[in-house]
Amino acid sequence: MTEPADWARSDRARERARDLSLLLAVLLALLGVVLLAVYFLALNGGAAPRLAELALARVPQSGVGNPVTAVLVNYRAYDTLVELAVLLAAVLGIWSQRPAPPGFQRSSAVLAGMVSWVVPLLIVTSGYMLWVGGYAPGGAFQAGALLGAAGVIVRLAGDPTAGLPGEAVQRWLLVLGVLMFALVGLALMLLGAGFLTYPPKLAKWLILLIESAATIAIGTALAAAYVGGRPSAKGQGPSAGEASAAPSSSSLGPRP
Amino acid sequence: MSQPALLLAFDIVLLTTLLALALAAVLSPEPRRAVMLFIAFGLWLSLVWARLHAPDVALAEAAIGAGLGGALMLAAARRAARAAQRGTARRADDGAR
Repeated sequence: MTEPADWARSDRARERARDLSLLLAVLLALLGVVLLAVYFLALNGGAAPRLAELALARVPQSGVGNPVTAVLVNYRAYDTLVELAVLLAAVLGIWSQRPAPPGFQRSSAVLAGMVSWVVPLLIVTSGYMLWVGGYAPGGAFQAGALLGAAGVIVRLAGDPTAGLPGEAVQRWLLVLGVLMFALVGLALMLLGAGFLTYPPKLAKWLILLIESAATIAIGTALAAAYVGGRPSAKGQGPSAGEASAAPSSSSLGPRP
Repeated sequence: MSQPALLLAFDIVLLTTLLALALAAVLSPEPRRAVMLFIAFGLWLSLVWARLHAPDVALAEAAIGAGLGGALMLAAARRAARAAQRGTARRADDGAR
């Protein structure tokens, strides 16, 4: 007796899904038309005075040689600060969902051997990316992504914590980027320079400090996002497991 | 063939493949396959960025867009598939009852 009702309901659901996808397609097409119109307007707008020349001329005073890094961490430091906060909020959202699912099974000797080579290389490359961002393509986001990739590889190889420390330390590492950014900004404000307005003499070192903190925070956040849940939400049990997992992640190197 | 013509041909191949990958990723019915196509799309897009003389964006796209985003989405697709399986199993149980 319930079958006709079921049929009707599934029919209606299918119709609704079709209507929804049609609506989405129309909206997307409209968005595409608007974007194209804006693009052509910008193309035909003529060469009005733009900010690019001014920004490029001031790069030597920004403390870094790479214009992209100068824009990201100096001219538009607010944007980067809020971007780091967005990443932090994403990890908080993931942590609030559910405890971390169990990891994958322990890798065999071949994969473990490769991981013991790849992970240190990734960490060194990440440091290089961070440093090279001062005068060439690179920077905190790329360096942090490499650190996060190292975490993903460690988790795929069977370490359920992705090589991350316990929850208490992890919290500090996650907020490190926003914290350092805000502290530097506030300190500059107290010194009378204005929020995140670096004095040209100190700019290089302040930017390096902020970028290092941001790299660690981004790497931790991406690896924590891949773990996919709060590390020790199951109570006190996993903390002992973490304590034993932490040395094992650092001893991923050649085993006898 | 002169160099500009070669570059033009390269660009056309690059863009056609990019559009084809994007369409395939969007139209793919299975999440896992869509994610794999999306990873390929991200790597290809990083080539396009490099061609546009934007090495910073190319690096970020390859590392974050294709690499880590792909890993996260693969994990999400696996969980979604497992949840869907559980859902169909429950529905089958209800039907048998």
